[in-house]
Amino acid sequence: MAEAPAGTVIMDPTDEREPIRRELTRRPEHITGTVGLLDISKPRGNVLLDRLERALQDRLPGVEIRRYAKPTYTKPAPQDLRQKIAQECGFVIEALAD
Amino acid sequence: MSVGHGLPAFDLQVLRGGDGRRAFPAGGLSLICFAKEDCATTRLSMPLLAAAHEAFGGAVEFLTLLQNGEEDLVLGDEYGLAMPLLDDSALHTSFRYDIDTVPTLILADREGHELRRFWGFGRDDWRDLVGHLADLTGVDTPAIDWEAYPESRPGCGSKSVEPGIFERLQADAEGSPIRARRIEIAPHDDVHEFMFDRGLTDGLPVVPPTPERLMRMLSGTKRDPQEVVAIVPPNLAPATVEKVAINAVMAGCKPEYLPVVIAALEAMCTDEYNAHGVFATTMGAVPVLVVNGPIRHRIGMNMGIGALGQGNRANATIGRAVRLVVRNVGGATPAGTERTTLGTPMKFTMCFAEWEERSPWEPLHVERGFAPEDSVVTVFTSTGLSLMVDQTSRTAHALGGSLGMKMEGLHNLKSHGMGDVVLVLPPEHVDTIWRDGWTKDQVRDRIQAASSRPLRELLQDEESGAGVDPARFGPDGPTEEQLAQPVPKFRDARSIHIVVAGSNAGKFSSVFEGWASGPTGSQPVSRKIEEV
Repeated sequence: MAEAPAGTVIMDPTDEREPIRRELTRRPEHITGTVGLLDISKPRGNVLLDRLERALQDRLPGVEIRRYAKPTYTKPAPQDLRQKIAQECGFVIEALAD
Repeated sequence: MSVGHGLPAFDLQVLRGGDGRRAFPAGGLSLICFAKEDCATTRLSMPLLAAAHEAFGGAVEFLTLLQNGEEDLVLGDEYGLAMPLLDDSALHTSFRYDIDTVPTLILADREGHELRRFWGFGRDDWRDLVGHLADLTGVDTPAIDWEAYPESRPGCGSKSVEPGIFERLQADAEGSPIRARRIEIAPHDDVHEFMFDRGLTDGLPVVPPTPERLMRMLSGTKRDPQEVVAIVPPNLAPATVEKVAINAVMAGCKPEYLPVVIAALEAMCTDEYNAHGVFATTMGAVPVLVVNGPIRHRIGMNMGIGALGQGNRANATIGRAVRLVVRNVGGATPAGTERTTLGTPMKFTMCFAEWEERSPWEPLHVERGFAPEDSVVTVFTSTGLSLMVDQTSRTAHALGGSLGMKMEGLHNLKSHGMGDVVLVLPPEHVDTIWRDGWTKDQVRDRIQAASSRPLRELLQDEESGAGVDPARFGPDGPTEEQLAQPVPKFRDARSIHIVVAGSNAGKFSSVFEGWASGPTGSQPVSRKIEEV
C-alpha cells in the first residue's frame, strides 16, 4: 500500500508560545433552544441517549431534544448530517457506548 | 543513514513480488532500479531488467523502486517483472540516493557499496552490466538481441526533483535546516479556515506556509535559518530567518524579496524605531518602507505609476510580510496590544521604491549616508497619507508654498513642532522645482517658511480647542512679543524627507503624516539590504 496522503502541513509562523489547538467555541452559560443527541450507532448507545434525554427533559423542560444517528460508528458523520445538526441545534451531545 | 561509506540503507514496503518489507543491504549482491511507469525510457529498459532478473535473480537481489507506488505496478504487468517491486512513492529513498533521472540502475556489493551506476538508457551500459553480473555470479550471459535496442535514450526527470516535491523532501530530510513547529491540518479541516481561526492572518487569506514553500523562500538568503534577525515587540520574541521566511511565504513574497523583509525588520526592531510604540499607539501608526538602490529593479518594485497603491507584488508583499512578522512573532494583534482608534488601510502593507533615475537629487539612501550602489530600506512611521493638489504653480517658490500650506494641516493646522514626515514628489512636481534649480534643502526651507504661523494663531481657543495651551506661558499667558513669533510647523526642516516616485503624468504630491518622533517617539532607520 502506498503511504496514506497526510493532511497539509504548515510551518508555525508564531513564536510558539501557545500550544497548537483549535479554540473551542465559547460555552454558553445557559442551555436553551434545541439540544441534539447524536448516536454514533455503537451498540447500546441508544440506551445511554434515552437516559440522557429523560434527564435533560426533567432538568430543562423548556429545551427541545432532537435525536440523530450516524449511519456507522466506523466513519465520520456524513457532511449532510453535520450540516443538519448545525442548522437545527444550538448544542449537541455525542454518545459513545459499548 | 549510510552503511559505512556505502549506499544509504532503506527498508521499503513490497507492493508485489514478495511479502512485507524489503531491506537494503541484505548481505548479497543487489541491483537497485529506480523506475516510474510514465517514462518511455523506463519502459524501454524493463525487458532488459526482466531478462537480467531471469538470468541472475538466483544470485542477485533485484530491488525495483517505484516512484509512483501502486500506479507503477503496470510495469510489472506489462513486462512480467518477477522481482520485488517496492513502494518509494514517498520518494525518500530516491531523494537520499540523489536520483535526478529515471531509470537509474545501481549495482551494489554484499556490503552495500556501489559498484556501478547508470541512468537513462545506454545499450552499452546494459551490455556491460549484464557482463558484470555474469562475471560476479558465474551464471551464463542471457541471450539478448542487443540490436533491437537503440544506442541510447535520455531518461526522465526523477519525481524526487520535481518542483515542490524536492523542497518538501529537503525539509523532511535529516539535517533539514528548518526547526519551526509543524502543524498538521486535519484532512477534514481547511487550511485557510484554520489559519483564520488561529488568528495568523491580517484578515486577508495568506499563502499556506508549507515546508516546501519555506525551503524555497529560504533560498532567497544566505543567512542561517536559525540566525536571529530581530527581537520583535511587543512580546520581545526572537524572529529567526526561518520565522521571517514563514511569514514572507504567507504574505506572498518571492524568495528574492526576503532580504528586504529581513533588513526592514532589523531596522524596525531597534530602540530608535520603537516598533512597540508604533504598533501600540491609538494614533494608528504604521511602518512605511522606502527601498533604494539596485534591488528595486532586480525584484521588480514599483516606483512609477501608482507606486503607493496596489498591484505590484514586491511592494505589496514586502510590506505585508513585516506586518505579519510583527503580528505572529511579536504578538501585536488589533485590540490586543495594537490599540489603534481607527487604523488605516496602510496597516496591511506600505512599501514602495524611490524612482532615483527620475530625480535630479541625491536619492534618500545616499542622503542618509549610504553609497548609491547600496540597496537600502528605510523605515518611517506614518499615521496617514495625504494628497496635495497643485496643477497650476509654475515656479519652485509657488509650488513650495502650496506644499507648505498643505503640510501645515498635517495632524491639525494648529499642531506645530512636528517631527519626521515623508514627502513623495511626483515627476511633474519635481520638474517644476528643478526648472528653478532648487535643492531639496531649498524645498524644505520653503515649506518651513510657508507653514510657519505666529503663536497667536496657534493658541487653543473657542474656534478650535486644539493647539498651544496659553497656560504654558504662565498665569498671564504669552507676551505680545511671543504671540508675534512665528512657530515653524516642523521642529527641523531636515525632518521633511523627500522621495521621488509616481507616474510621469499628474501634479499630485503625497505626504505621509508622521507620528511622535525623536528619541521618545519613532525615528527613521535605514538598513543595508544583503544582496544574495
